[in-house]
Amino acid sequence: MEKVYRTHLLLCAGTGCVASGALNVRDALCAEIKQRDLADEIYVTTTGCNGFCAAGPLLVAYPDGIFYQKLTPADVPAFVEEYLVKGRVAKKHLFEPKKGAAPIPKLSDIGFFGHQVLVALRNRGLIDPDKIDEYIARDGYLGTAKALTEMEPRQIIDEILASGLRGRGGAGFPTGLKWRFAAEATGSPKYILCNADEGDPGAFMDRSILESDPHAVIEGMIIGAKAIGAHQGYVYVRAEYPLAIERLERAIQQAQDYGLLGEDILGSGYDMNIDLYFGAGAFVCGEETALMQSIEGRRGMPRQRPPFPAHQGLWGRPSVLNNVETFANVAQIIHRGAIWFSSLGTPKSTGTKVFALTGNVKNIGLIEVPMGTPLRTIVYDIGGGIPKKKKLKAVQVGGPSGGCIPEHMIDTPVDFESIPATGAIMGSGGLVVMDSSTCMVDVAKFFLEFTADESCGKCTPCREGTYQMLEILTRICHGKGQFEDIGTLEQLSRMIGASSLCGLGQTAPNPVLTTIRYFRKEYEEHINEKRCRAKTCKALLRFWVDPEMCRKCGLCVPACPVDAIKWEKKAVAEILLDKCTRCTSCYQACPFDAIE
Amino acid sequence: MAKLKVEDLKRIKESVKGTVNLRDGAARVKVTVHMGTCGIAAGARTVMNTLLREIESRQVQDVILTSSGCAGLCSHEPMITVEVKETAPVKYVKLDADKTKRIFAEHIMGGKAIVEYAFSVGSERTR
Repeated sequence: MEKVYRTHLLLCAGTGCVASGALNVRDALCAEIKQRDLADEIYVTTTGCNGFCAAGPLLVAYPDGIFYQKLTPADVPAFVEEYLVKGRVAKKHLFEPKKGAAPIPKLSDIGFFGHQVLVALRNRGLIDPDKIDEYIARDGYLGTAKALTEMEPRQIIDEILASGLRGRGGAGFPTGLKWRFAAEATGSPKYILCNADEGDPGAFMDRSILESDPHAVIEGMIIGAKAIGAHQGYVYVRAEYPLAIERLERAIQQAQDYGLLGEDILGSGYDMNIDLYFGAGAFVCGEETALMQSIEGRRGMPRQRPPFPAHQGLWGRPSVLNNVETFANVAQIIHRGAIWFSSLGTPKSTGTKVFALTGNVKNIGLIEVPMGTPLRTIVYDIGGGIPKKKKLKAVQVGGPSGGCIPEHMIDTPVDFESIPATGAIMGSGGLVVMDSSTCMVDVAKFFLEFTADESCGKCTPCREGTYQMLEILTRICHGKGQFEDIGTLEQLSRMIGASSLCGLGQTAPNPVLTTIRYFRKEYEEHINEKRCRAKTCKALLRFWVDPEMCRKCGLCVPACPVDAIKWEKKAVAEILLDKCTRCTSCYQACPFDAIE
Repeated sequence: MAKLKVEDLKRIKESVKGTVNLRDGAARVKVTVHMGTCGIAAGARTVMNTLLREIESRQVQDVILTSSGCAGLCSHEPMITVEVKETAPVKYVKLDADKTKRIFAEHIMGGKAIVEYAFSVGSERTR
């Protein structure tokens, strides 16, 4: 029997909160609790990412379910006194939905959490990822037990097919179908692989799942192995994820100690093991054939398909590669049934999807919503809207392979049908909110810089094409755009998309195509008027002082680092364009918006 | 470590159920110890510790224990409120370790309120 405590303090120790000082807070808490002789009553533990990274370091106190945010070691004595000794809610650390609005104590009442439905992340913030017993307590390994002792491989595949689960890595291929191809393929041994080579800038869904619930991924891999007849699995995880690797290694060790990995799992007679392979962080290694080449010890480059990995994969053997989030869903589908899973989401896109919500939005963090949830709900109800009273301009979905969905299409539901219809892709789940201060040409350029840089160079359209497109975009941002540039970009995009070898090249033009489609006017302004309305493209900025708005205060003068402003008392300021470096310091310093 | 069988999963699950129940808020009984300054001065900590030890020694999984501030009856401290699911909450006053043990045995476990220790049944209304 475990020890009984009156209160559990579950402190988030995801990478985000650790970076903002969560471990110092934990040490201070433990010390304070010990000093006040409360160690027998209060249990402090750390969990994986809670999701609300913007509010960190944070903790959730049970059984009350109170969400405390923005803690520092200095706050700890007062917090312990108020909440743990006196038993009052520590108001200072409650979440305030708006400045001055009534704070919300209960986690489940906060909009950020209230609109989410957790399947892949169901254990986040509720269990200590380093304790396998806590995972088992929340129905852990029951899916594995059922699959290994009660089901035939065929039945497992049929259940996954019936659930409608589709690959969460981006393309949305039905997982059950992938498994069936590999199960029917001849050749042995077979391999089951997990893709944890999360490469999209700003995306951290897979890392978070591995950090907060590593056993869920292990379980998914064991069940997948049985379905296709594999006895060896590999997790391809990038070396830049040290915490995820540490927790995954510990989880594998614990599973082996318990006989949940290794020989004769749970007495079922089935053998299965999992090893880790560390990737060096090349974006292209998220492509399945490149990933397999990398594990084989060769340079990570994609190859022509067919033959598909289901027939000739790792070391030429039948292999299945699924994404971390896909695996995290599997055990629950087996345990709770395909009918339960397919009741979530839309008929064609079942279940939920995890997104890394970031950009110009108040509540930055990691969220999970049912498929078919409108973007509006994500941006406003969960994300809390746009800060600083600015206007929403677009939502970028799918990272460097995705596209920008404009404000007027904010009611688009997120699923595998509606998002591609806009020209973007679901991708692995990066979701960047952009306000009016974002230049759409610059955004396209940013993503293309990334793909041009990450192109492996094997096929010409991707290697040369992305480079050419980047040249044109850079030219446009520098005010040297030419009339025919938009047409050339569109033509290049079609060519690269149609003739590239792998997904990287095929989708690389998406950010350009969607921004041209929805924001063509901004491209035209850059090219014809040499103007950037978001004031991002510095080369296009011509600052001047509006004499009617200027109150002659002179605040712009000390703000200018290069003495480019001419001003005398009681006179309108003047900006000397030949000296101006376009640093925007005066623009930000002016209290009257007189500088444009 | 011995390799697990399917039954062992259920055994582990059972042994950590208390932890999970506490975090899920899924409990049959919720006991609140009123721990304002007045309560602590009058001995609320003894009551809290007695309850913790009772839960531990009886291996009870479905009772959660929590603390709150002063209940507004400082002269009657230490106090607890016992809420058995689907019945009205009962406030007990002027407690000590022995009274607490009896409440645990008869009310929390047995489901029968001890009228002589009780101050009131029900709670104030809030708006």
